[in-house]
Amino acid sequence: MTSPTTSPTPSPSSPDPAPAPIVPRFDDDETDRKLAIICSKGNLDMAYPGLIIGNAALGEGIETHLFFTFWGFDMIVKSRMGDLRFSPAGNAAMHLPVRDMHLPQTVAPAMTGLATRMLKKQIAELGVPEVPDFLDQITASGGHLWACKMSADMMRLTEADLREDVEGIITATEFIELTGGAQLLFI
Amino acid sequence: MTTTTTTIDGRDVHVDAEGFLTEYDEWDEALAVSLAAQIGVELTEAHWPVLRFLREDYAVRGETPTTRRVQAVGGIPVKEQFTLFPKKPGKKMSYIAGLPKPHGCV
Repeated sequence: MTSPTTSPTPSPSSPDPAPAPIVPRFDDDETDRKLAIICSKGNLDMAYPGLIIGNAALGEGIETHLFFTFWGFDMIVKSRMGDLRFSPAGNAAMHLPVRDMHLPQTVAPAMTGLATRMLKKQIAELGVPEVPDFLDQITASGGHLWACKMSADMMRLTEADLREDVEGIITATEFIELTGGAQLLFI
Repeated sequence: MTTTTTTIDGRDVHVDAEGFLTEYDEWDEALAVSLAAQIGVELTEAHWPVLRFLREDYAVRGETPTTRRVQAVGGIPVKEQFTLFPKKPGKKMSYIAGLPKPHGCV
């Protein structure tokens, strides 16, 4: 990848022989890109993809909005957000951490506690924060958190039950309006 | 990785195709001021603890720390990193510190 500024285009007005230095082009002025992420899953393993992509987008200067709906709502409910779980039940792809043995589905339902502890340990070993800390980082990076009104109504929850940095409980239409022109990701 | 040389404020340094320095020892604090100016950042007292942490952490681990690690281990909050190195803190602070871009996902 060669910067166009380094091409040896002769300039009649300035015969300066020194080429322009090679400097990364951070393109600050071109970051009108916007990302909308709908988080609809409350399993521990399905909470992370949206957080990781959203965090990466924020680190690239991209305006990022997360909409928490259905089971994904648990990620922003104060009493639940620290207790998301990972279950191997119903997950035919689940294999044991050693070798490539699949976990028999007959025993899978009993394994939720163990599987959750193991996944949390693996995530922590990578230096990746737990869900509440991760959302702290996302809002510190300028990310926007929105709660789904229908989910709040169904679960009989109000703003008092949610993280303080959730900017509002809004309808699907309102979310679509405020993310006009955004790229949208449904998880 | 292909490297080439470029001249920043009269100093020849080795860089990758994007312009990130590739030789750890070619960097010093005077060069950091020049690198920062190239990308529109004016270094203040508050920038130096971040840059020094990056340099020290890279020297020990051999990889550039992510914004997460700069907060968790370096003690500089992510919010402050965004203020000091607007929009793309991970890339900007590693560029000014004379290090490769961070490769961690978080």
